[in-house]
Amino acid sequence: MSIIVNHLTYRYNPGTAMESTALDDINLKIEDGEFIGLIGHTGSGKSTLVQQLNGILKPTSGGVYVDGADIGDDGYDLKKLRGEVGLVFQYPEHQLFETDVFKDVCFGPKNLGLTQKETELRAYEALKQVGIADEYFYQSPFDLSGGQKRRVAIAGVLAMKPKVLILDEPTAGLDPKGRDELLDKLTSIRQDTGCTIILVSHSMEDVARYADRIVVMHKGRIAFDDTPMEVFKHRDELKEMGLGVPGITETMYKLKDAGFPVSTDIITVDTAVTEIMKVLGR
Amino acid sequence: MAIIKTDNLTFEYIRRDEEGNVEGITTAVDNVSFEIKRGEFVAILGHNGSGKSTLAKHLNAILFPTEGTVFVDGKDTSEDANLWDVRETVGMVFQNPDNQIIGQVVEEDVGFGPENLGVPTAEIWERMEESLKAVGMYEFRKKSPNRLSGGQKQRVSIAGVLAMHPQCIVLDEPTAMLDPIGRKEVIRAVRALNDVEKITAILITHYMDEIVHADKVIVMDKGKIAMAGTPREIFSQVDKLKSLSLDVPQVTMCAHKLREAGLNIPEGILTNDEFVKALQQCQ
Amino acid sequence: MLRDITLGQYYPAESVIHRLDPRVKLLGTLIFLTSLFITKSFYGYIPALLFLIFIIKASKVPFSFMVRGMKAIAFLLVFSVVLNLFLTQGDVVFTWWKLKITKQGIQTAGFMAIRLTFLIIGSSVMTLTTTPNNLTDGLEKGLGFLKIIHVPVHEISMMMSIALRFIPILMEETDKIMKAQMARGADFDSGNMFKRVKALVPLLVPLFVSAFRRANDLAMAMEARCYRGGEGRTKMKPLKYHRRDAIGYLILALYLGVIIALRILLK
Repeated sequence: MSIIVNHLTYRYNPGTAMESTALDDINLKIEDGEFIGLIGHTGSGKSTLVQQLNGILKPTSGGVYVDGADIGDDGYDLKKLRGEVGLVFQYPEHQLFETDVFKDVCFGPKNLGLTQKETELRAYEALKQVGIADEYFYQSPFDLSGGQKRRVAIAGVLAMKPKVLILDEPTAGLDPKGRDELLDKLTSIRQDTGCTIILVSHSMEDVARYADRIVVMHKGRIAFDDTPMEVFKHRDELKEMGLGVPGITETMYKLKDAGFPVSTDIITVDTAVTEIMKVLGR
Repeated sequence: MAIIKTDNLTFEYIRRDEEGNVEGITTAVDNVSFEIKRGEFVAILGHNGSGKSTLAKHLNAILFPTEGTVFVDGKDTSEDANLWDVRETVGMVFQNPDNQIIGQVVEEDVGFGPENLGVPTAEIWERMEESLKAVGMYEFRKKSPNRLSGGQKQRVSIAGVLAMHPQCIVLDEPTAMLDPIGRKEVIRAVRALNDVEKITAILITHYMDEIVHADKVIVMDKGKIAMAGTPREIFSQVDKLKSLSLDVPQVTMCAHKLREAGLNIPEGILTNDEFVKALQQCQ
Repeated sequence: MLRDITLGQYYPAESVIHRLDPRVKLLGTLIFLTSLFITKSFYGYIPALLFLIFIIKASKVPFSFMVRGMKAIAFLLVFSVVLNLFLTQGDVVFTWWKLKITKQGIQTAGFMAIRLTFLIIGSSVMTLTTTPNNLTDGLEKGLGFLKIIHVPVHEISMMMSIALRFIPILMEETDKIMKAQMARGADFDSGNMFKRVKALVPLLVPLFVSAFRRANDLAMAMEARCYRGGEGRTKMKPLKYHRRDAIGYLILALYLGVIIALRILLK
């Protein structure tokens, strides 16, 4: 399923003294099965952009085309779209409301108008995908640990079987292990279902490790849109935007400044180790 | 004398099912003893559920030990008579920036603590000014907290504690809900308080890059102290940290892997500068 | 939605009324509202009108801003006027189908319209020129005498000011949860009444959970900052009377005198 964002501009409170431009002439094409990292500091417009992709916010001008159809058209089936473009908000555990975990995950597919049987099948599958064991299915979601709640909430979106899964800072507040587990889960979900994943993140290390394309937002515009390797070549510009490069890339720059003939096109620890060993002649 | 001392501190709570029957007892903090000296910067690390936040809440008498004792400035926190002295001595900053600001204007929030202590009006204003200046938020004093960024809100909260003139400040995951810029702002403010004002700082976190400058690190796991030492000592044990569900900064990890690959480089590299120096010696 | 209601919102400006002690404004509002109800003739409203114009002018709040606030309750106003117009018994002046309009009806409806309009504008002048904090301070100090009969004045005003601080946060939260549930296919604006009420469950449950969590966090944060009730507490911004407040009280006394005099004379 392809998503095309065409000259999209979005303003808050248009026509009033409080008017502010959140998105400014955004052009973007998202292909099937990509893993996109969307980065930018707070207020850069990244959260606003993802809310355009499933029609929760409406563009001030320009549009979003999903499989060739303008989602802003009258009569466009937005409910179906929200099943296809699944959006997991920040701190998604704050949206849990049902009396037990299983019922909560059923909420999404039920809203899509699926049969009882299909709904339950999908809920079961989604909970398995995020690694929630059967014994928790009939517990109150409020009794789970923070990390478990987060995964149940993500299952609530997964159960709609989205073709594009967007997650807004899904690892916020998780500890390192919880973070790695969740991001690994996302990778395996993508492998199993072939869905596109858009990961909104503050962590350069995470997007460098997981994404195969990075979109950088700055002041409501797209500053860079390329592979991680290419994007992180713009170290100085990224720093000016209040972002930066992965810690290990920064280390390589420091080595180079100190006279080591190392390449700075390095974004993971393992490649850094290989490069340093090579340069030191071992 | 130590500003904080815990003696076999244990905290248990009883889990109940829906009917209120006892299901079991969870030991959140298990027989923990340590001492924190005046002016130290101590980091407490641990994954979610390791007991680090429960431990922190004992340090200013929000929770009380089931067994063992906590002494703040020599006073037993469990004794009612010491309650307000303890809370005045040890200030606390919490995780959620929205849920700890009481005032509707920044300056009023900073004044809230001193008001509770019965500080005279003129002095409240002096304290407000010096505290907000210490965290670099003075120019925002007339703003509504709702208009600030997460990092700014946390700095206001720190100023609010500072205005009570504590000897020690405990920060319970103050950066967990912030973006990288906010995190830097808050850590910078904490370090400044420790360096300049000589206030004892206890930082609870799971971000490893925030503890590089600490004097001492305590790693918690399953309610117990799993590791303790200087940051260098802690970061020298990469495999042990991994087994405790923790992480190390990428530069430390890189040095560790180079060492494993046979390079003669010391363990416990904390910063890029150290790394560069170590490699220069390898050449 | 809720943000459109300007009624009772603080309007920042530099004016004598803004600077007036909140206790003066509270008493003033009370006197003004009482005056509307003790007046029995149309002439009696002339001083009230003059007083209101004087206050509005002095407050420097644009009149249009106040009128915009009225829109939210225009329905209530029209409703009560119409009800009085048609349902008052008396000398019939006009009949149409089953509806009769009486002389007394016109009179009562007229009174009602004036009273309600003055009432709303009069009380909104207070909220427009007083920050919520200042207002709660005024209430706490002004009603301090009630402590003698064990009314928890400090606690009530503390609750009010905390509520005011959290309203914008909870509104933002509502918006966020609503969007999150919409992303899961929830539909908040179609179907019949029953369906719509049911659709609110996924919004209200998380909202309540969050409000309780926040309340719990806040209580802990307040205790950690040595909050222990109003006893022994000092004030960062204590209320102090100035000369303008004395003049304010004087004007209020004068106004009250005029109203009482008119009430006796015009009988």
